Amino acid sequence: MARDGTGNETLGGARASFAPWTDPAARPLVRFEAVAKRFGVVPAVDRLSLDIYEGEFFALLGPSGCGKTTLLRLLAGFERPSEGRILLDGQDIADVPPHHRPVNMMFQSYALFPHLTVAGNVAFGLKQEGLPKAEIDARIAEMLALVKLEGFEQRKPHQLSGGQRQRVALARALAKRPRVFLLDEPLAALDRKLREDTRFELTDLQDKLGLTFIIVTHDQEEAMTVADRIGVMSRGQLVQVSTPSELYEQPNSRWVADFIGDVNLIEGRVASTGPQGTEIKGEAGGRLRAAQTVDVPLGTLVWVAVRPEKVSIAAETPSMTTENGFAGTVLDIGYLGGVSIYKVKLDNGLIMKAAVANRTRLVERPIGSGDRVSLSWEPTASVVLTR
Amino acid sequence: MSETGQQRPPQRRSWGSRLVVLVPALWLAAFFLVPFLIVLKISLSQTAIAQPPYLPVLDLAAGWQGFREFIAGLSLESYAMLASDSLYLASYLRSLEIAALSTMMLLLVGYPIAYGIARAPRRAQTVLVMLIVLPFLTAFLIRIYAWINILQRDGLLNDMLLALGLVREPLTWLSTDTAIYIGIVYSYLPFMVLPLYASLERMDETLLEAAADLGCPWWKAFWLVTVPLSLPGVIAGALLCFIPIAGEFVIPDLLGGSDTLMIGQTLWTEFFANKDWPVASAVAVALLLILLVPIVIYQHLQMRALEDR
Repeated sequence: MARDGTGNETLGGARASFAPWTDPAARPLVRFEAVAKRFGVVPAVDRLSLDIYEGEFFALLGPSGCGKTTLLRLLAGFERPSEGRILLDGQDIADVPPHHRPVNMMFQSYALFPHLTVAGNVAFGLKQEGLPKAEIDARIAEMLALVKLEGFEQRKPHQLSGGQRQRVALARALAKRPRVFLLDEPLAALDRKLREDTRFELTDLQDKLGLTFIIVTHDQEEAMTVADRIGVMSRGQLVQVSTPSELYEQPNSRWVADFIGDVNLIEGRVASTGPQGTEIKGEAGGRLRAAQTVDVPLGTLVWVAVRPEKVSIAAETPSMTTENGFAGTVLDIGYLGGVSIYKVKLDNGLIMKAAVANRTRLVERPIGSGDRVSLSWEPTASVVLTR
Repeated sequence: MSETGQQRPPQRRSWGSRLVVLVPALWLAAFFLVPFLIVLKISLSQTAIAQPPYLPVLDLAAGWQGFREFIAGLSLESYAMLASDSLYLASYLRSLEIAALSTMMLLLVGYPIAYGIARAPRRAQTVLVMLIVLPFLTAFLIRIYAWINILQRDGLLNDMLLALGLVREPLTWLSTDTAIYIGIVYSYLPFMVLPLYASLERMDETLLEAAADLGCPWWKAFWLVTVPLSLPGVIAGALLCFIPIAGEFVIPDLLGGSDTLMIGQTLWTEFFANKDWPVASAVAVALLLILLVPIVIYQHLQMRALEDR
């Protein structure tokens, strides 16, 4: 991805050509307008505004209790907003009961009807629409083919494995052809391997059907793989709404930088900023350089965020620290198979992490614990955060 | 999937697990099977002015000869009597009618109560269940006598109706069928509410949200989701009420009129008034056989539900 060094760049989402949110003329399919939901006095969703576009795969990501599921339930109609409006296709849906909303949800527990067969579960919503039996049967067959469950029509939910149940829940909700499909932690109950496979199936499905998907998850890897855009939530508010790569490469706060992946944060004050980039004087010593421009007065306290995999580690010790270059001692090495994480205590007292891909089979590491090393990174790898 | 398949490897029973089955088996043999065989035997005997008041009596001292005489002395006369006199058939039908009607009433009254308790906040549920069971701490007979007081001509119910201006003259409640139904519904309500509560309480409430999400209004979701899922509770509650109500004696005797004879009262009369033990026993055996039908149906349904699992 191209970075022009301005800090305002839009980095690509899952699909390079799909970005209606950059088009000011585009009308959102779902719009949250200063929506708040309080349980008692505790706000679960706190005056949140968000636009989601037709055909988008949107992920709501956040730690548990951040209000992401409440936001989903507000859209499904199980909760009423305490304040604000929710618009679907430009219409306020506050007074539309859940059974009249063109929105379907896949529940975290799947909520399959235990007394009905797989076919009965998928048919349930279609029968409510009063469709003729032939059409219902055709739709069941189509949906079960879509989720690869042909031949399971007469099984009861308790006769299925967890992954199969998940797919029945998927088929049951999608059979209704919703305008917006809501998924509440759809993969949380699956084991790791199945979860990874299902992620790709979900994006495939969304691609095939062209529907608008909103997924709620606490798993950042899951959100990054499936979504066009991710809304990061914390304490009932959206902290950042961006494409997955932008979220990772250009987080807008320390909280997001830390929540999404691993990060090194170095405190400093802006020494100069201009078209050539920004220079920051580290609070603990050293000079840092970032390729981007920041719009703050000189001397402002900022944080430089550097992803561990963008930090180079070398065995030789330079005579003096340079820009984005620090000397230190290896504290500890974490071997993760594909990569090794080096934890280095810098001479100025900070601790930094560097991730190095293990390209060869390491019989003996060239750098060991207690070795003197130097760390450095490119100015383009530095992200200046003001909060 | 094959791992959820039907076949399980045959299990080798350990001595411990056999013993566990043996204890209830012995219990049932000693306190159900043996008494039943005694009653069955008496039902095949004839009345006699003797002690005990029937013949033949097995004389073990007489050996093989005695046993043959004993077998020869048995007869189906009491059962023939049941079939010949329409009084017995009428009592049976009356009992089944009252049992069926009051079971339906119990279901209508009990379901909303059980549903309400199951949807109440967790802490309130315990208290509400306690309140349902609480009347049991008072003796059954005393509670029925209390109803006599309430239902009599100058009783509480009439006082209340008069005070509210709903009636001008006191109504006759006591010694009517209405009184029997009131007494039965009151007495058996916990037997209906508790199994219903148990099955409703287990139900996952997100199922109702899922139904709404799929376009089903709440009142329809009640019929399509809640009722089918509570069916085991409905069946258990209905059987727990129907079977003892069919054999009920105290309530119809104390609250009902003399024209209503339930089979329990007929049995009582045969046993204590007519001192006809064989006919009384035959009445009991026939009642048991009649009640066996719903029990067998229930067993069948349960087995099917288990196979489904």
